[in-house]
Amino acid sequence: MPLPPLNDRMITGEQNYASLDQSISSMIIDQKRHTRPWWIMFAIGVMGTGLLAVAITWLVYQGVGIWGNNIPTAWAFDIVNFVWWIGIGHAGTLISAILLLLQQPWRNSINRFSEAMTIFAVMCAGMFPLLHTGRPWVAIYWLFPYPNIMALWPQFRSPLMWDVFAVSTYFTVSLLFWFMGLVPDFATLRDQSKNRFAKVLLALVSLGWRGSHKHWHRYEQAYLILAGLSTPLVLSVHSIVSFDFASSIVPGWNVTVFPPYFVAGAVFAGFAMVLTFGIPVRKIYKLEHLITDRHIDWMAKITLTTGLIVSYGYMLEMFYAWYSGNPHEWDFTYFRRITGPYAWAYWSLIFCNVVSPQAFWIPWCRRNLFVVMVICQFVSIGMWLERFVIIPMSLTANYLPSANRMYYPTIWDFAMFGGTIGFFIMLMFLFIRFMPVINIFEVKDLLYKMLGHKDAKIAQSPIELPEPLLGRSL
Amino acid sequence: MSYDAPSSGATYAMVAEFGSAEALLDAAEKTSQEGYRRTEAYTPFPVHGLSDALRFHDVRVPWLILVGGLCGGFFGYTLQWYTATIDYPLNVGGKPFNSLPSFFPVTYECTILWSALTAFFSVWALNGLPRPYHSIFNTPGFDRASKDRFFLAIESNDPKFDSEGTREFMLGLNPVAVSEVEE
Repeated sequence: MPLPPLNDRMITGEQNYASLDQSISSMIIDQKRHTRPWWIMFAIGVMGTGLLAVAITWLVYQGVGIWGNNIPTAWAFDIVNFVWWIGIGHAGTLISAILLLLQQPWRNSINRFSEAMTIFAVMCAGMFPLLHTGRPWVAIYWLFPYPNIMALWPQFRSPLMWDVFAVSTYFTVSLLFWFMGLVPDFATLRDQSKNRFAKVLLALVSLGWRGSHKHWHRYEQAYLILAGLSTPLVLSVHSIVSFDFASSIVPGWNVTVFPPYFVAGAVFAGFAMVLTFGIPVRKIYKLEHLITDRHIDWMAKITLTTGLIVSYGYMLEMFYAWYSGNPHEWDFTYFRRITGPYAWAYWSLIFCNVVSPQAFWIPWCRRNLFVVMVICQFVSIGMWLERFVIIPMSLTANYLPSANRMYYPTIWDFAMFGGTIGFFIMLMFLFIRFMPVINIFEVKDLLYKMLGHKDAKIAQSPIELPEPLLGRSL
Repeated sequence: MSYDAPSSGATYAMVAEFGSAEALLDAAEKTSQEGYRRTEAYTPFPVHGLSDALRFHDVRVPWLILVGGLCGGFFGYTLQWYTATIDYPLNVGGKPFNSLPSFFPVTYECTILWSALTAFFSVWALNGLPRPYHSIFNTPGFDRASKDRFFLAIESNDPKFDSEGTREFMLGLNPVAVSEVEE
């Protein structure tokens, strides 16, 4: 039996500007809304952060030898986790910048949340390349161009240098974009907060925002241009990350399809993470009228689309291995991916990333939150496995068979990876508690556009508030 | 909310409060037609058409961003060119010292970074923020300007401003309330 079509309204229920304020800002002003689920998740996050602290301390004390990395597999979990985390961040920029330029107003209720995710994910990502240098405090002079006493400069012809610039620019721009969006919302909170201490703090971070039309005018100009700048930036970041591999001659890395395929994979993993966090949070904090079933449906469709692009990338990798005529490429693909000791990783990846998202063709699966959550977990695992298949697996088999060597991670590899997940959870839940999870002014703007010019009449009877929205679609 | 402001007794502006964005847009247009120029509207979210209604045009932000971006690109390329050809020329795989294609990504990232920084700081600078105190906060009920009310101020330094006449005019715009706000 075909399902009835979903309601296209992006805000449901009877709403006015004040009620939108109430549902979002009360999460900060009324701290009693945070009950047991928050504490459980926060505790998990804090424990993970503790694990991370231990893993980093031991790493710095003992050196990178505690990891399973070897020669030829000099890049392993550290780089896998770096690429995975960076990729997760990309969905946030896609939602906040690209969907803004494409005039998709449904992004308004999920952009704040996913921008926060971007920033925290990039923080987790940045730790790995920095720490895998072994002694990061010494690494500074070959990572950043500053006039040092050795008179040395970084090697700008290396994709690794491009990576340093791309990731640090990406982090800075994401942070600026995020903070700019927060300022008007901090002003809203400042005006509603009753607590003296909170009010002063919010007055400081809102920079004295008054909502003047001159403010909004310049603000919107800059916000739109920032979105226009972030769009090519996000594409460039993961393209540059893929150059770390694609510009080498290692079999399995030297593929020209890497840049677009990495970007699509990043968005794929990122949307899975947005859904993984969004679905429980909307349930716990009763935000179903702002993050509607329609939003989840759309996000599932984007996950499916990017999943198909990624699948196409897997087919091309296979095709290139054969078509290049390079026997090492084909040997690697056949004996190290399709068969061989790591075949389990390759086939799990195919199941997670190619097979499981196909369920999203069926409308019932896109609306069943349990199914969506399960598939998103598969996608997250699958994207991690993809990087595992590409990075350490390619290094285990090179041009000289005598140099081939297996790679086995140690407990410290897992500890640091698990630690960053905990750190990410901790930051996300602190964010949920102390900052507006949904962009308040953008949702009001959305409501205003949904009302159309209907409330022009209400201005005649000025005492009343704008009528609640009833059954109108945009 | 109350801000403990030093009251000089001088009038800052006549402020009208409206219940909807449409009412404000309508009033803004009428105010401009009446000849008032020192006007300012306060809304909880950006209302499109308001700048036009109040005859406000400003394109400095995009131009500043363009300049910032060009400077960034210039800086990025010059940095690489100087370090790789003048200060520490190093032959890497027979590539030219000035390896233009390899220098593109960093040049590009610097362009974006400088544009973004310019965008961020120029908005605050041109808007005169941070500025914790402003006379408009003395308006009764102004805490709802960030929630669900829309305010229009005609400042007292407007050449056409006179307390009685302006109040009369604003009452004719169908506001929820009109108040004279002190500095």
